[in-house]
Amino acid sequence: MGKHVTLNVDGQSHELDLADPTTPLLYLLRDELGLNNPHFGCGLSQCGACTVHVNGTPMRSCVLPAAAADGATITTLAGIGTAEHPHPVQQAFIDEQAFFCGYCMNGWVMTAVALVKEKPRATDAEIREAFSGLKCRCGSHMSIIRAVKRLTEAA
Amino acid sequence: MNAIMLSRRKALCAGGALVISFATAGCSSSQTAAATGIGGDTKPKLRPDQLDSWIAVRKDGSVIGYFGKVDVGLGIQVAIAQIIADELDVKFSDVSVVMGDTATTVNQGGASGSTGLERGGVSVRNAAAQARTSLLMLAADKFGTTPDKLTVDNGVVTVAGNTGQSVSYGELIGGRYFDVTLDWNKKIGNELLVQGTAKPKDHADYKIVGKSVPRADIANKLFGAEVFNTDMRVPGMLHGRMVRPTVAGASVVKIHPESIASLPDVQIVHQGNLVGVVAPKEWTAVKAARMLKVDWSSPPPAFPHQADLYKAMQAAKPVGKGGPKAKGDPKAVMAASAKTIDATYLWPFQSHASMGPACTIVDVQPDHVTVWTGDQKPHYVRDGVAALLNMKPEQVHAIWLRGPGSYGRNDGGDSAMDAAVLSKAVGKPVRLQYMRADGTAWNPKGPASVHKVSAGIDANNNVVAYHYHSTAFSREDIASHPDDPTQSLAGQFMGMPVVSKAVFDVPGETYDFGAEHLNWDVVPALLDRASPLRTSHLRDPLGPQINFASECFMDELAYATNMDPVAFRVKYLNDKRGVAAIEAAAKAANWQPRTPKTGKPQGAVLKGRGIAFARRKDTRVAVIVDVEVDRHTGRVWPRHWFVAHDCGLVVNPDALKLVIEGNILHATSRALLEEVKFNPHMVTSVDWLSYPILDIKDAPETINITLLNHPDDMPRGAGEPSSRPVASAIANAVFDATGVRFRQAPLTKDRVKAALI
Repeated sequence: MGKHVTLNVDGQSHELDLADPTTPLLYLLRDELGLNNPHFGCGLSQCGACTVHVNGTPMRSCVLPAAAADGATITTLAGIGTAEHPHPVQQAFIDEQAFFCGYCMNGWVMTAVALVKEKPRATDAEIREAFSGLKCRCGSHMSIIRAVKRLTEAA
Repeated sequence: MNAIMLSRRKALCAGGALVISFATAGCSSSQTAAATGIGGDTKPKLRPDQLDSWIAVRKDGSVIGYFGKVDVGLGIQVAIAQIIADELDVKFSDVSVVMGDTATTVNQGGASGSTGLERGGVSVRNAAAQARTSLLMLAADKFGTTPDKLTVDNGVVTVAGNTGQSVSYGELIGGRYFDVTLDWNKKIGNELLVQGTAKPKDHADYKIVGKSVPRADIANKLFGAEVFNTDMRVPGMLHGRMVRPTVAGASVVKIHPESIASLPDVQIVHQGNLVGVVAPKEWTAVKAARMLKVDWSSPPPAFPHQADLYKAMQAAKPVGKGGPKAKGDPKAVMAASAKTIDATYLWPFQSHASMGPACTIVDVQPDHVTVWTGDQKPHYVRDGVAALLNMKPEQVHAIWLRGPGSYGRNDGGDSAMDAAVLSKAVGKPVRLQYMRADGTAWNPKGPASVHKVSAGIDANNNVVAYHYHSTAFSREDIASHPDDPTQSLAGQFMGMPVVSKAVFDVPGETYDFGAEHLNWDVVPALLDRASPLRTSHLRDPLGPQINFASECFMDELAYATNMDPVAFRVKYLNDKRGVAAIEAAAKAANWQPRTPKTGKPQGAVLKGRGIAFARRKDTRVAVIVDVEVDRHTGRVWPRHWFVAHDCGLVVNPDALKLVIEGNILHATSRALLEEVKFNPHMVTSVDWLSYPILDIKDAPETINITLLNHPDDMPRGAGEPSSRPVASAIANAVFDATGVRFRQAPLTKDRVKAALI
């Protein structure tokens, strides 16, 4: 059975008819709304490449049925800041030249945005704890930690 | 310097005899400088020996570099732009680099073997130097002077001592073409080399090379503005997914289309044992691939039990032998030695497991094919798709877009072939994105290996003979280039002949023990067709496993001869730059002579320090690591690293340090965690739970890097070489901490815990 959903994505409201209500939010964001991120990494909620904020909380869009997000406010990587007005997390990652291929970036950045909001002075252990479980295959971990510390150590 | 080479067409034009017949081919421009013969309005055909295949100058003076390799996430385009900017004397910000598009770049081999700068950058540098010389000749002609009287600053040519006489590159040739021929060694791929008559600059004149210029793509990615290959959408595009056998080696017996009758508009593609589904909606394709019922045959077990793997390998009859790097008669010397020691080291199959499973969009038209690929070798993807479809390479246009880091022959090449089959079958462009299991369980694997190493020691504690033998699966059971359908899953599932190469290697470090014999046997693949355990290149192919055995054994030899591991290496290594790297790492780490632990280790957390050295072609890397071993959980934490890295001329120091960091982390993951699991019927490592990789909690605390810059040398391979000594250094440090030698990788918690109880 089809389902009508309303989503606010990066400040824009969308009304969508879902032919298949089991469709994960990821496919709706990418294929129906044409967003280039988040990314499909595993489809199993194991890596974080598909992470978006749903009502302010980082969630894995690859396993979240779009129907369950009806009425939600979604923020993607592209919605947290712009080149002209970067989010401090984006600026910190640029300053550290963090990431290699960047395919996994959504998980780390969206988690970092939530982390620095919740714990602006997070310690090294808290940073590692917050990120634990996210995957980066290229080994960007050191630059990711440095980028977050730019913010937490300045706070 | 006026001996510039003209293309045949230009020469004919200049001679005037055939001007009419060639007029439409682009030498009729009234602006063409008659005296130099440089410049044309039509872009010459894409060939390595055409300067225009490498460099273009726009009307606004900005420069495009065409690079036939690609960036796999390390930012090589920045270094290439630095090289071009320096050679041409233009601003770095005025240079953009086009990578891996088969319509505009020549086949430089794609990303391969850390040759981006060492090989790929050389041709770019030569071409840029030639472009500068050509531009100076045009300017000299314009001002009625000679090139040696001219200076260039930020793309503006000025007659020396006469600032009134100046002209920009844009004004000289902007929007038109050089039409200048280069010398080409007639090779393609990594070996391709072009050079003009112009001599590249001396390193002392570099202004931008050697500087830490940041990457622009990082910011673009952070703002969601960078386009990955997964983001490509083609009008009318359908979504594909593959259906793989549940048992390795199984054949299709029957497909049950009724099992997906509830899903709208799904097409099943079935050729031989290749099965895929195509649907307008991506989620429909995902569901269809999961739901489609296929009866597969029940072949005999393809694989041994995992616990028996190394035994089975050593019992197998080799299909290839090689290496031998031999000096003297180590057997005889060993027989006469005061003592001998030997050890056996084991390395597992490992998976590329890229962050994103491969994605390719293919649009097969009757006489033309377009491929959007994130593979690291787009030119070979073009060739492979052409061969698969019985077309000419010229009929296939491969467009490279950023993909997830690939680290060798991952699943990218296979996905292009599969997508081509799907697109041809349904007559529409198809975007095939693999699922996690395709990227972890079904991609080509880094080969498993067994290494037996022995040495003879004389009465004075000198090592006098060395023997190193590997028994391994081939590094090219599947070719490293995706240019041959017989080397792809699609080809093998569809019944194409199986062709395999038996290739392995010997250690690259040059210790001199007098007599030595280094060699290898390659054993046959466990399953010869469409095997999820087929082997090919994985980051620094064979490097980490060969080095794991040789550098751990160096440690064993050091202690067997009552020497400190650093002093031992310095004594026997016949390689000045290698010794310099070892000494630099030792200095950074404040290395103190070490002796082996005695007695049973005490305490919950055991601390140790280890060293390993690696040489990969002309690059040397020495690493020292401080580890902590939790005796109760078996957790090994490489906490502090000290790296000394010599890759010749350093083009971009900060970027290089990041690349080294990434390789240390990736290689740590391989050393501590990564082992492809399988049972007799199938690979069982299918996702991040069954194929775990390094978690950020286990990332090191510090990585101290010393770059040993050699401006008088060329840039050598960087990146992969620093992967090579990581597992060895960790195992050596764990020995230092615990007194226990771990000779089997990875050093998982379970293995370490079991050995320490």
